[in-house]
Amino acid sequence: MRSHATLSKLVVGLIGALGIISVASAADVAKPELTGKQLAYDRSMGNCLACHAMPTQTDAESPGTIGPPLIAMKARYPDKAKLRAQIWNSLDTNPNTAMPPFGKNKILTEAEIDRVTDFIYGL
Amino acid sequence: MKKTLLALVATSLTLGAVVANATPEQDRKDLVKLYTSKYPDIKLNQYVYGALAFDKDSMAQYTSIMDFPPFGEAIEQGQKMWETPFKNGKTYASCFPNSGKNVAGNYPYFDDKANKVVTFEQAINECRVANGEEAYKEGDAATMGKVTAFGRTLSDGMKMNIKVKGAAAEAAYDAGKHHFYARRGQFGFSCASCHVDNAGNRIRSEVLSPAIGQATHWPVFRGGDNLVTLQTRYVGCNRLVRAEPFKVGSAEYNNLEYFHSYISNGLPMHASVFRK
Ligand code: HEC
Ligand code: HEC
Repeated sequence: MRSHATLSKLVVGLIGALGIISVASAADVAKPELTGKQLAYDRSMGNCLACHAMPTQTDAESPGTIGPPLIAMKARYPDKAKLRAQIWNSLDTNPNTAMPPFGKNKILTEAEIDRVTDFIYGL
Repeated sequence: MKKTLLALVATSLTLGAVVANATPEQDRKDLVKLYTSKYPDIKLNQYVYGALAFDKDSMAQYTSIMDFPPFGEAIEQGQKMWETPFKNGKTYASCFPNSGKNVAGNYPYFDDKANKVVTFEQAINECRVANGEEAYKEGDAATMGKVTAFGRTLSDGMKMNIKVKGAAAEAAYDAGKHHFYARRGQFGFSCASCHVDNAGNRIRSEVLSPAIGQATHWPVFRGGDNLVTLQTRYVGCNRLVRAEPFKVGSAEYNNLEYFHSYISNGLPMHASVFRK
């Protein structure tokens, strides 16, 4: 088993990592307001296409294959709040997920998450 | 706060196929089993090609580029550096058994006396210093990069042969394994999120390589001419997830390289290759 020393080093590392988050927080930078779709496509914002195909969007180019295709979302998420929660903190439903916790780690602001959710809900 | 952080640590430890208190050999075997059962058509030796093993077109491009590598000149310069005597008349060959042939696959090793992991790059620097020369910067492409780009070719075909013996070596290996499985950065990815759980998947248009095989062929020449050392690649991957990278040559990365190289044990080395 691992020693406490390594564990606490790891915790320090994580605190360090969390420290960066506030510095790089999307909320700190004033940007022209992007639409939900723009946020979902933009490589430095949501970059959902890195991992998800969006089969109903003809301009969703070279998507990744890490996550499931985002399609028929209304049918699969009758409760829109559940969809938002998945995007806000994907680790709640699956602690081993590869999907980044966009809200929890402040990769996107609350308002941006709302707009992305609206866009994804319509897929 | 402390509690949530500890919980985070705890979940990161359970990630992937590797269990917390397994032996290195068990770790390696578990990973081999995971990949080969997921991708039965890809033979174990092909893992040295990384992402290329998953994509016929990229593999074809690689093969034709490797016939006439655009980085041939850099390797020749490395050879000249390797063969040019130091001021005292000795050469790098004098610092290694067998004049440096078929040795690179033994690196990194754990030096019990110094109580730390020693990489091939550090052995080169130890050789320089012992012979009255100044140490190179470990991540520097023009010096250390070129000399290792040639020096490692002397071990082409050697099978990776990393040893982890004794409590101190195991602790270093475990620290490296921690780094590999711990989530970090704003995106909260671990190395394993991309190179274990999603090896073979695409992130946008880029195929993700499996972790085994990744340590066998360094440095790489990205785009044909941009020399990248293994630890500089660690910096790049840390940055991808908006994590603060560590210093090339730091104990953190040396331990990571120790774990990361061990899991390629048994795979043939082939130094200085093309990558996209
Ligand atoms: C690095 C990979 C990655 C990125 C980037 C990513 N996701 Fe995901 N996503 C996943 C994975 C993997 C899953 C599968 C579920 C799991 O792992 O728990 C998933 C699941 C989902 C689901 C649930 C799908 C279902 O079928 O129930 C939704 C909705 C979703 N993602 C939306 C998004 C949105 C919106 C973005 C961008 C703002 C995004 N994802 C970015 C990897 C990613
Ligand atoms: C967000 C995804 C992601 C994470 C996390 C990540 N990498 Fe990578 N890595 C990539 C991509 C994309 C490439 C380029 C394609 C490939 O070769 O896999 C790459 C390439 C590499 C390569 C070069 C492979 C070769 O043969 O050229 C190594 C080595 C590597 N990564 C190690 C690591 C290590 C160690 C970590 C953790 C510190 C890590 N990666 C974290 C995405 C990632």
